[in-house]
Amino acid sequence: MYLSDEEQAMLAGEQGVGIAQAMGIITTLGTMYGAADLIPISSAHISGVSYKNLGEAGLDYLEDLAATGAKARVFATLNPPAVDMDDWQGSPLLTTPAFAKGQFRILDAFYKMGIDGICTCTPYEVNNRPAMGDHLSWAESSAVSFANSRLGARTNREGGPAALAAALTGRTARYGYHLDENRRADYVINVNVAVPDGSSLSALGVIVAKKLLNRTPLFVGFDRELSDDEHKLLGAAMAAVGSIALFHVEGQTPEAIALGREIIAPHAEYLTVDDLAEGYRALGIVPGTTPVDLVNIGCPHSSYAELVEIADLLAGRQVRTKFWIMCAPHVVHQAQANGVAERLTGCGVALLSGACTIVSPMAQTGVRSVATNTAKGAFYHSSYNGMEIHLGSTAKCVETAVSGIWQD
Amino acid sequence: MMERTFEVRVIKAGDADGEALVSSEPLGFLGVVDPDSGIVTETTHSLYGQSVAGKVLVFPTGKGSTVGSYTIYRLKKNGMAPLAIVNAESEPIIATGAAISDIPLVDQMDISQIKSGDRVRLSGGLLTVYAQIVAEVGE
Repeated sequence: MYLSDEEQAMLAGEQGVGIAQAMGIITTLGTMYGAADLIPISSAHISGVSYKNLGEAGLDYLEDLAATGAKARVFATLNPPAVDMDDWQGSPLLTTPAFAKGQFRILDAFYKMGIDGICTCTPYEVNNRPAMGDHLSWAESSAVSFANSRLGARTNREGGPAALAAALTGRTARYGYHLDENRRADYVINVNVAVPDGSSLSALGVIVAKKLLNRTPLFVGFDRELSDDEHKLLGAAMAAVGSIALFHVEGQTPEAIALGREIIAPHAEYLTVDDLAEGYRALGIVPGTTPVDLVNIGCPHSSYAELVEIADLLAGRQVRTKFWIMCAPHVVHQAQANGVAERLTGCGVALLSGACTIVSPMAQTGVRSVATNTAKGAFYHSSYNGMEIHLGSTAKCVETAVSGIWQD
Repeated sequence: MMERTFEVRVIKAGDADGEALVSSEPLGFLGVVDPDSGIVTETTHSLYGQSVAGKVLVFPTGKGSTVGSYTIYRLKKNGMAPLAIVNAESEPIIATGAAISDIPLVDQMDISQIKSGDRVRLSGGLLTVYAQIVAEVGE
């Protein structure tokens, strides 16, 4: 693999041990994947932020690295932590002081390295929105999917440590989705069923992910334009349940628009989906009528538009279940400025600023059953948190919160 | 004693010579290997209850959270890390963990050629297995 003079100098330690270690990660991965060389990136998005996930091991690593004086040389955003960033003490996550201390030490280590501290799994909704063709090093599978698919930017499905190393060196190895030839669709999905809302899109995503694992689908036959938020949750479902990092939608995503049918690789396979029931079944959802402890929206983080939608659906009614919506701090602040936050909190809804229930300790909250509107949320609440899960449209989740009961 | 040498791909360079601990199952690190003791805590894993410390750890590939790289780092800090890692095909969690912890890592090895307890030596792009071919027949 070719390294420029500067890259060799970084690897040799001329810019400090932290940068040398980071360059070691980048070159190790490049060697593994047969990259010809390294390329500069325009931004990084870093996972491995939650104290619950990192523990003392990750905290040690980040503090050691920050202590070397290494600083990010490109714009970098962070995944959600395990605390509410505006009010860790007052949030319904019931964060303990000892836990909060560990979490804030982690955030401090990132800040020390010049990493911005925007904590959200949807950085593209806030202030890290790449352009088509931009080379990135992003972790967080749902963000990777959105950046590659909806925005036509280029990133591999990076791990947290690799994305951090890329932020510090400003480089990533040129392999995988950075190359034109790896970005074509090798599977065409004929959508032969109505997908009227987010949860049906989620179910479609689950079906496709189970079948394709890590291939690159082109969706054909949607009967309408999908919004940004809909691309977000479709991609999130496929990235969580499978390892799909890039998808195309005929006539809607930028590379599909640019290339037309040329986006389809030779010998592509075909799949027709005409029923979504299997998508719900695959998540382990058991139909029925049952009380629910928590309605949790925001996996991935909710946009401002989604907050407005929920406020409109609630129409001032009080909720009977816990109802938490997770969003980027920017989105919470925007909603607070515009009165939308008050419309929601007035109904008993809690907004979690930057936090994420999936990566936060949940045992102390006593929550056992969760209703949500995305496959990613359902999948992880079940697999990480051991919750009983229900998946439905946003409207259905709102009605469940108001009645207290999930009804199939 | 049977000695066989194989060409392997070096992902993280370094010499090693020690006792193999082998699994035919993929191995994660986050939540699976205790960073303070080196003991595998995943009850359903074939290495459950065994310690990776000081061993030439052999398994097909890594899995699980990418934060597992940090668990490998902590093992090294605690003196409980494997001496070296041998994979059939490495992936980024293990590669990154080896890189940041300075643990020799090779892949493109047919791991069925190594049994737990064999002596394994890594040097350059070569892996040598010293296997017992005659079992102890009572004392």
